[in-house]
Amino acid sequence: MKALSQKRRHPLAAIALLLMGLLLTGGLYAVATTVNEAKASTAEFTASDTQEGQKLFEANCATCHGMGASGTQDGPSLVGVGAAAVDFQVGTGRMPMQMNGPQAYKKPAQFNDTQTHQLAAYVASLGAGPAIPADEYLDEKGNAAEGGELFRVNCAMCHNAAAAGGALTRGKFAPALADVTGKHIYEAMATGPQNMPVFNDSNISPEGKRDIITFLKQIEANGSPGGADLGALGPVSEGLFVWIAGLGVIIAFTIWLTSRTS
Amino acid sequence: MSAASTAEAPAYVANTKVGRFTDFVDERVGGSGILREFGRKVFPDHWSFMFGEVALYSFVILLMSGTFLTFFFDPSMAETHYAGSYTPLKNVEMSVAYSSSLDISFDVRGGLFMRQVHHWAALLFVASVAVHMLRVFFTGAFRKPREMNWVVGGVLLILAMAAGFTGYSLPDDLLSGNGLRIIDGVIKSIPVIGTYISFFLFGGEFPGTVIISRLYTLHILLVPALILLMIVVHLFMVVVHKHTQYPGPGRNDRNVVGYPLGPVYAAKAGGFFFIVFGVIALMAAFFTINPIWNYGPYDPSPVSAGTQPDWYIGWVDGALRLMPGVIGDFHFEYIIFGHVLTLNVLLPALVPAGLVFTVLFMYPWIERWITKDNREHHVLDRPRNAPTRTAIGMAGFTFYCVMWAAASSDLIATHFHVALNDVTYWLRALFFIGPVIAFVVTKRVALALQRKDREIALHGRETGRIVRLPHGEFIEVHAPLDEYKRYKLVGFESPAPLPAEPNEHGVVTRKENRRAKLSRWFFEDRVAPATPAELEASHGHHEAVEAGEGQKTLSH
Repeated sequence: MKALSQKRRHPLAAIALLLMGLLLTGGLYAVATTVNEAKASTAEFTASDTQEGQKLFEANCATCHGMGASGTQDGPSLVGVGAAAVDFQVGTGRMPMQMNGPQAYKKPAQFNDTQTHQLAAYVASLGAGPAIPADEYLDEKGNAAEGGELFRVNCAMCHNAAAAGGALTRGKFAPALADVTGKHIYEAMATGPQNMPVFNDSNISPEGKRDIITFLKQIEANGSPGGADLGALGPVSEGLFVWIAGLGVIIAFTIWLTSRTS
Repeated sequence: MSAASTAEAPAYVANTKVGRFTDFVDERVGGSGILREFGRKVFPDHWSFMFGEVALYSFVILLMSGTFLTFFFDPSMAETHYAGSYTPLKNVEMSVAYSSSLDISFDVRGGLFMRQVHHWAALLFVASVAVHMLRVFFTGAFRKPREMNWVVGGVLLILAMAAGFTGYSLPDDLLSGNGLRIIDGVIKSIPVIGTYISFFLFGGEFPGTVIISRLYTLHILLVPALILLMIVVHLFMVVVHKHTQYPGPGRNDRNVVGYPLGPVYAAKAGGFFFIVFGVIALMAAFFTINPIWNYGPYDPSPVSAGTQPDWYIGWVDGALRLMPGVIGDFHFEYIIFGHVLTLNVLLPALVPAGLVFTVLFMYPWIERWITKDNREHHVLDRPRNAPTRTAIGMAGFTFYCVMWAAASSDLIATHFHVALNDVTYWLRALFFIGPVIAFVVTKRVALALQRKDREIALHGRETGRIVRLPHGEFIEVHAPLDEYKRYKLVGFESPAPLPAEPNEHGVVTRKENRRAKLSRWFFEDRVAPATPAELEASHGHHEAVEAGEGQKTLSH
């Protein structure tokens, strides 16, 4: 202790102190930011998965994301995005991207499940990130009512209260959520793809995510009790329908009623 | 029927029970006289005359389905936990109003059907009122003596929108709550008194606990009563004025050509009610409308994407969407003596709607002043025969439609894969340019159609048969029109501009000069109908050629 107090006036003491402080805050920050990361992981990756994944990555993704996924001008670094991000982007066909644009479109997946798994393994090996969710959160047996409340507060402003999707600025959009698998919904919440914000575990708990998935699947299964849903787009499609179909049919009748046999 | 005459004439005794019963009633209320009078009222026949009827029938259907809904709806904003059969909302905290709307949808037998009948009928009601007004405008049916009935019609349109909006807000779901929030914002943007009005209306800060029950009172009591009153006034005036008719042989401003109300029209109108009811019932049975269970209970924090009002409020919503927040460095928000003046909200919410309704109400008097036309008109104009009026109407219609489209800018963006910003920029440009383009194009189209009419009246209809004459010339054979069809093409007025006239003091006032200028603008482009002399001349011209062509008329 004496040695320490003697050296406290050493010219390098201030630098050493600064370094220690930075290390401490940096370390705390790293812990704090990852502790809430959605990591309901079960997916075990083997070394061969990672190796195969690296080959696939270099052949298909490195053009934009760079060797070692360190990012280029055309694509962001993927270090630390986690397996969930890869599983979502590649699994829904958004990656590899068809063309540059405001937003990647969903399309038929280019890689099969094994290949997607291998790619995820490789990207996950580069740095810790959200993992592919465990099946217990995808069983669609949560509380739909609570999921609905969470959905309306957190998701409806972009995805529409009936999950029919909505427009964002400059060509970006929030897609409709019918036909999206529970796993992909979970991963989207955990990783925040495209323009979506990240909903980590402290924001919406894994159980909450399970409830949201349950809600979405339940309203999808419920269908439309009132008849054809006209795209679930609300008053716009209803207005269009009444003007074109409703008034159209009535005009046809008025013409019939006032026509004369001649 | 005086007492003396009944005493003298042998008392009429009907042969059948029914006859005796009707005779008993008739002797006391005089129904046969009313029937004789009304039964002989003549209505002209045209499909475009039936939109008012559609509106009336939709209103009757609204009254009936609405009454059913009041049996089960509870407009209370007290908090409750949903215990009905729709599981995605089980135990969710909500207002009693929303809970009872859900019960109507899922737990009352036939409730969802009746809700959908009511809502579809509401959309159709306002739509048919709007189309009816367009018909009246474009055919010039608002001219003397019907100016006041045009105003009553305009009031009915506003009342219909009010009825629709108050009803839209009742279920207290997320969508309607978002709509109310916008109304609250618009009210609060009114300088000085806005916040006071808002607090008065909502009983405190939005959303409060009273607004649903207040809107309910307006929706089921005041607004329908006013609509009913206005309908009575409207129909009374229709009876007084008699119905207008399209121009045709034998039709003039002193007669009405058509069928009597009884029995033909009574049967047609009665049947038509059931047709309208049937169409609405089919829509309600097969197409969902306002699925409130999708939207969840209202709470001021969430706002759903794609939040739109019903179609008839859409144009006001669209105007709000079109308004830019800032233009360059120019802001629209000022703080004056501690009061915030938010023109971003105030201007788009009130100015376009104010403009449309002011012009709409004033138009009969504007046109009357410009044209100095003080005669009664019972024969309608074909829209092409009043090119400037038709163009003004289309300009207004376009102005409305641009705002209307703007209300669905987000859906246009997502469904046509274009950027929302671009949709907004285009619509902003069209907001100003669109009416001008519409005016010019419509006027040119109307004039072109008039020229075509004139051409056909003078030279007959093209048959598509090309004939080569002995000397090598090719001509197309034109078939002459029969007299009835020709009447339609030549039987209209085409007023010339009315120059400024001095008043009784021999002075041409500045106002009169302005009027003359407007009159020139109104009438300077005109296609005169073919005159009998011209018709005669064109026939004379053809007669020489006709000699070799039998019945056909030829023309170059």
